[in-house]
Amino acid sequence: MTVPANHSFPLPSEVADVPGAEGWRSMYPYFTRFQPEDDRRFWFYNAMHFPEPMPAFDTITAEIPYTAVSSNPARVFVLPTTLGIDHRIVNGRVYISANPVTDPAEIGRRLAHFEPRAGHYYGNWDRLYEGWKERVRNLIQEIEAVEVPALPEVDDLDVVIESKGVAQNHYVRENFHRCLDLYSKMWHHHTEFLFLGYGAYMVFFEFCKKAFPEITDQTVARMVAGVEVIMYRPDDELKRLAGQAVEYGVDDLFVDDADPAAVLAAVAERGEAGTRWLAAFEAARDPWFHVSTGDGFYHHHLSWNDDLTVPFAALPRYVRQVRAGQPLTRPTAAIRQDRDRIIAEYRALLVTEADRGTFDQMLGLCRVVFPYVEDHKFYCEHWFTTRFFQKIREFGGLLHRQGVLDDPEDIFQLHHTEVDQALSDVMLHWASGSRPVGGSHFRPIIAERRRVLAVLRDWTPPPALGPMPEALNDPAVQMLWGITAETLETWASDAVGDEREIHGHAASPGVVEGVARVLRDVNEIGQIREGEILVCAVTAPSWGPVFGKIKAAVSDIGGTMSHAAIVAREYGMPAVVGTGQATRRIKTGQRLRVDGDRGLVRILD
Amino acid sequence: MSGYAVRFDGIGMGDVAAVGGKGASLGELTRAGMPVPPGFVVTTAAFTDAMAALDPDGTRRARVGRLDPDDLDAMAMVAADLRRRVARAPLPERLRALVRERYRELAPPGTAAVAVRSSATSEDGADASFAGLQDTYLWVRGEESVLAHVRRCWASLYNVESVAYRLRRAVSEADLAMAVVVQQMVDPRCAGVMFTRSPLTGDRSVVAVEAAWGLGSALVGGEVTPDRFTVNKVTAEIVKRVVSTKLRWHRADPAGSGVVVAEVPAELRDACCLTDRQLGDLLAVAKRVEAHYGTPQDIEWAVADGPDGVAVFVLQSRPETVWAGRDAGPVIPPRARAFDHVLDVLGGRVARARPAQPPAPGPAEDAGER
Repeated sequence: MTVPANHSFPLPSEVADVPGAEGWRSMYPYFTRFQPEDDRRFWFYNAMHFPEPMPAFDTITAEIPYTAVSSNPARVFVLPTTLGIDHRIVNGRVYISANPVTDPAEIGRRLAHFEPRAGHYYGNWDRLYEGWKERVRNLIQEIEAVEVPALPEVDDLDVVIESKGVAQNHYVRENFHRCLDLYSKMWHHHTEFLFLGYGAYMVFFEFCKKAFPEITDQTVARMVAGVEVIMYRPDDELKRLAGQAVEYGVDDLFVDDADPAAVLAAVAERGEAGTRWLAAFEAARDPWFHVSTGDGFYHHHLSWNDDLTVPFAALPRYVRQVRAGQPLTRPTAAIRQDRDRIIAEYRALLVTEADRGTFDQMLGLCRVVFPYVEDHKFYCEHWFTTRFFQKIREFGGLLHRQGVLDDPEDIFQLHHTEVDQALSDVMLHWASGSRPVGGSHFRPIIAERRRVLAVLRDWTPPPALGPMPEALNDPAVQMLWGITAETLETWASDAVGDEREIHGHAASPGVVEGVARVLRDVNEIGQIREGEILVCAVTAPSWGPVFGKIKAAVSDIGGTMSHAAIVAREYGMPAVVGTGQATRRIKTGQRLRVDGDRGLVRILD
Repeated sequence: MSGYAVRFDGIGMGDVAAVGGKGASLGELTRAGMPVPPGFVVTTAAFTDAMAALDPDGTRRARVGRLDPDDLDAMAMVAADLRRRVARAPLPERLRALVRERYRELAPPGTAAVAVRSSATSEDGADASFAGLQDTYLWVRGEESVLAHVRRCWASLYNVESVAYRLRRAVSEADLAMAVVVQQMVDPRCAGVMFTRSPLTGDRSVVAVEAAWGLGSALVGGEVTPDRFTVNKVTAEIVKRVVSTKLRWHRADPAGSGVVVAEVPAELRDACCLTDRQLGDLLAVAKRVEAHYGTPQDIEWAVADGPDGVAVFVLQSRPETVWAGRDAGPVIPPRARAFDHVLDVLGGRVARARPAQPPAPGPAEDAGER
């Protein structure tokens, strides 16, 4: 895909430090800094995964994924036209750049490796995917089983009786590293099928665009979309719990703005009915409440299990709907029927028998890869990652008990190599019998970093940096981030266009007007009021309950197949994604018209 | 089908020889249940018999056939003579009676406003350029006026331009025949054309609609920039909507007959002339017409008050010709294994550029040929 060369973005070297946050570099390792030669490359702000400035520990959610997401195409499957993705951090924001392969000889050499490797996965997809689920479930069990040493005054008697010979402080580092290692393995598995999966989508998209030049991305997406998608399960479970609350007669306890703990205590006092509901609730929580309120890229994107506020904010509404006799379950039969009708009609519009054959082949392949493409997120970013951050938080608790941190949450203000040092401090001093010295060392550092992050939060990063790229070859970049030649043109031209109009991808059809609620951060999710239009950097499908409240969704980043777009279509609300700058240009309270048919957002006042 | 004047519901595509291309198409659409305003066709038999009455042995017509196409003076003289005869000579009584009878079947009986259009046998067929050389009369009222306009259509065959055209193409005068379509006028709020594939890209999954206030003649004649819409056939989504400033419109003359050209009232100029619901109705009609013929169509339509409220009417439909010849090869042929397609793309063997479609003749150009 070629892009217009006559636009450009600021160069990385031209990005100035945010005033008052000049110390941001101390939070991040040296290899994340922009280098002088980076001015010659095109970078875009990965607001989809990293919509907020990065706390020091959370850079691991860039560092480890990119080691895996890059090694897979570059070294494992040997994609002929693309290597991996580089990332850099500036003013707390993560910018990324793909490494295309353009030399025909090198492409040819890589092709010889690529074909048998990719062919093996495509040819055995279902069997390999079953094995994948097994492997990832094992990883989840392993991370759940990691023990954070308590470091009591005297070690366990077992160590002596079973002649283990290794004191507990040894396992502080080993088990911390085990968390990092499992997290790394999880990301390698996350990526295992990723490019091949998106490749299947991409060829079908391109075929449709050739056969039907005016077809919209969202229409193609509707043909590909699955009906039984695991990411809908958490919300479906909530609906089921609402139904059970009504059935068992405990529904009166679910009222707006109630404290989840108080509600649970009240349910427990309802005898048999309460016990039955609580049993259903506990069964649903593992694994379905491990869904993150974000996408698992920040420690503070808590899961429903970590913070029951989000699911309990949705329950009263679902209870009311059950009482009113409104169907809560998704009309899967009707959705499937509508999808199949669209497929049949497009197929019939193809002129040649050959094209119908190709259409069937490509759509069939999309169906094969679909379960992985849709479901891996729940296993990886949600279930596993929730468990991972819970463990890290436990290590934070250890550091807090040992006097290194004032608050267990402070661990997330340290890079993982700094956590290593703090843990060494603890291991040494628990052994020697004196107090760790980290408290006075880290206290001012952590206070300063919290202040810097607060300043960086108000900075709006440019959507892209550097010269326009010659080619956008990476299927994930295209499909997931929605970054195409058109996107770049829009980002570049929005700077000079109609300031009341914002362009993006038409992700879900329909036109509505309403009042904007701009969320800079997932923790502000509670501010959304019924009927508002959600404007955010990235919409996450795990915000399911929120989608029940809002009228439309607008995001800075995301493509037609981003999960947010899929969920918006599911909820039947207009959505415009990949605008690049909606959160910067729209203010909470402004009236908007969201045109999900054309990918336009208009500020009306 | 037989007789001098036959209703639309009595004719179909098999009757081109008797009712002309336009008449046969309207009959076909009527029979297929499309919302076509009612009407009838004065057949080629009526024309042939009327001509036989005023030129019994054919010598006058034969003289036309022998003219030198470069001798404009001779042509003007001979053609004027024949035109005068066609316009003035008494018509066979049976023909007059049948046309009157059919006309009185339209509402309100005896004073219905109608459009009178020529439909030559070769028109809309192989020799499509015939189309521009014949006349259309809108908003005609009254039996005598209808009869007079039928004759004017016939007479138009002997315009200098028509005669010269036939002489240059060696069209036989003896085989020449013309049918005349008489159709109930609708008084449209807006009217226009639609293509059941994109005129810009050839995409068969969309209907491209152009619309302007008033009669379709302003749009077809290129006197107004129309509103443009693209509607997805499968999902019914309106994927594109461009509202233009529409300065002129053609309307029925309030005096009773004929058409007036006027400025569009200020409050309507920038208003979108179709509602989403009307676009939905147009889409449904477009899909039915296309399905009936089995090939993409170019349809003239109007939105007007009908007996059951505002309704969509089909005024004419013909095969789309611009993209018809370009559907030959497959977009991408099937591969041995489905995943070979992905290997092709990720392997860098096929270009990843979005296909650049050749810009086809735009709708404006196309409209100019009507």
